[in-house]
Amino acid sequence: MNPYEMLIAPFVEFEFMRRALVGVFALALGAGPLGVFLMLRRMSLTGDAMSHAILPGAAIGFLLAGLNLYAMSLGGLVAGLLVAVGAGVVARATELKEDASLAAFYLISLAVGVLIVSVRGSNVDLLHVLFGTVLGIDNAALLLISGITTVTLFTLAIIWRPLVMDSVDPTFLASVSRSGGVSHVAFLTLVVLNLVGGFNALGTLLAVGLMMLPAATARFFVRDLSALVALSSVIAFLSGLIGLLVSYNFGTPSGPSIILVAGIAYGGAVVFGPAGGVLSRLLPGRHLEA
Amino acid sequence: MSVSAQISFRDLTLGYERHPAVHHLNGEVAEGALLAVCGPNGAGKSTLLKGICGSLRPLGGAVDLHGISPRDIGYLPQGADLDRSFPISVFDLVSMGLWRRAGLFGGIGRKDRAKIEEAISAVGLEGFEDRPIGSLSGGQMQRTLFARLLLQDARVILLDEPFTALDASTTADLVDLVRRWHGERRTVLAVLHDFDLVRAAFPETLLMARRAVAWGPTKEALAPENLLKARHMGEAWQADAATCPVAA
Repeated sequence: MNPYEMLIAPFVEFEFMRRALVGVFALALGAGPLGVFLMLRRMSLTGDAMSHAILPGAAIGFLLAGLNLYAMSLGGLVAGLLVAVGAGVVARATELKEDASLAAFYLISLAVGVLIVSVRGSNVDLLHVLFGTVLGIDNAALLLISGITTVTLFTLAIIWRPLVMDSVDPTFLASVSRSGGVSHVAFLTLVVLNLVGGFNALGTLLAVGLMMLPAATARFFVRDLSALVALSSVIAFLSGLIGLLVSYNFGTPSGPSIILVAGIAYGGAVVFGPAGGVLSRLLPGRHLEA
Repeated sequence: MSVSAQISFRDLTLGYERHPAVHHLNGEVAEGALLAVCGPNGAGKSTLLKGICGSLRPLGGAVDLHGISPRDIGYLPQGADLDRSFPISVFDLVSMGLWRRAGLFGGIGRKDRAKIEEAISAVGLEGFEDRPIGSLSGGQMQRTLFARLLLQDARVILLDEPFTALDASTTADLVDLVRRWHGERRTVLAVLHDFDLVRAAFPETLLMARRAVAWGPTKEALAPENLLKARHMGEAWQADAATCPVAA
């Protein structure tokens, strides 16, 4: 098989591959900045918890309307927001910290979701919800993902300043403005929206992978915030592109292939990354003058 | 010239989970005052600043700011809970001081950039503009936070142990800034433990131990008998404390 047949032909010949490529491109644009902020705000595992929390909503949508994109997405969105808001309310109204209340909420949510799918669906349905079908993205799913990405980028532009301030110095922001809480909720909503967008392609469990792995990888190469966001999106898109090609050429499932490619990039960055990677720490080079 | 009050405490009680940390405090801070707030650990000094800037709601009584909003107060908390691993430069951190003017969307123009650079240079950090905050020493970080306060241009400035763990030259530079604010008739309250510094730079002192032990000219407030009294006035936190008879 020549390089053209391996790398280019799949996209030229098959519409589902082109749709999948556009889908992961749109997902990467939103996932990049969100993943970076999740990581910098020490909320990496919050993204994972939220991805589990989406499951019962998607399952209820599936129960009511079958494999209907909008019903499952809307259900996922409502469930994700309920868990995010519920955990936040419990954390503020009681002595429990937010991580503990979030863990409680998402575990309950996950159990409800698996129960619903197991009782009323088949194993195939469960697999679809858990792992998605990036190669099955139709026009409606593509529009949904693109719409979510557009909303994400516009909203991020609006909340960027308070989000950065709230991440660096929340006490200071609280002393000059009330926008910290608003930007936090808006940010969590964007995370849930993007996970809902991503679960059609990658499934609820892997959707968060496209956010966190590229962000963690980018951290080993650049230290500037804007560069982190840009590089994270580029890595997410390249992971999507290479993952799709791996999936096409080797017959592997597309979602896990994409996330594994991002995982390999992360592994390489941990070892070779110039900004704090293992090698740069073991072999720092000669010291500077000042 | 008559001096009007900038901050008034009216039977103010502040605390946590119904336990008072500041108990029935009354008094006034004059506009343009330079007031040191002293007292033993657990005396309620930091709690008082939180009550003034509105981050802690009173359990009883009130703080009157005489027309200014808590959001117009410049507040430097003790060991500011800043995430120093966040990838942001000294310039960008200092520029946050312009929030009141720039808000969500306001651009940072040439004049603003000049102001930011001026503030950075006023705290002796010229050339540090592009440095990530994670690479700063403790003293440099504190200078950066003072530069941000300078930009805030606040009428009331609250400093919670601002000179802790700083070397003599950094402390002297930052005390000069505090004197400059005083000269501009801004109202400055600073929580401090260094009595020599308080005697040298702060004309007025509030010595407290949950309640006001003494409040007035520094020399009188920090008289040995008052200091002794403050040491013995520590009201221990008791899980089974009865309801305060004044509050009941």
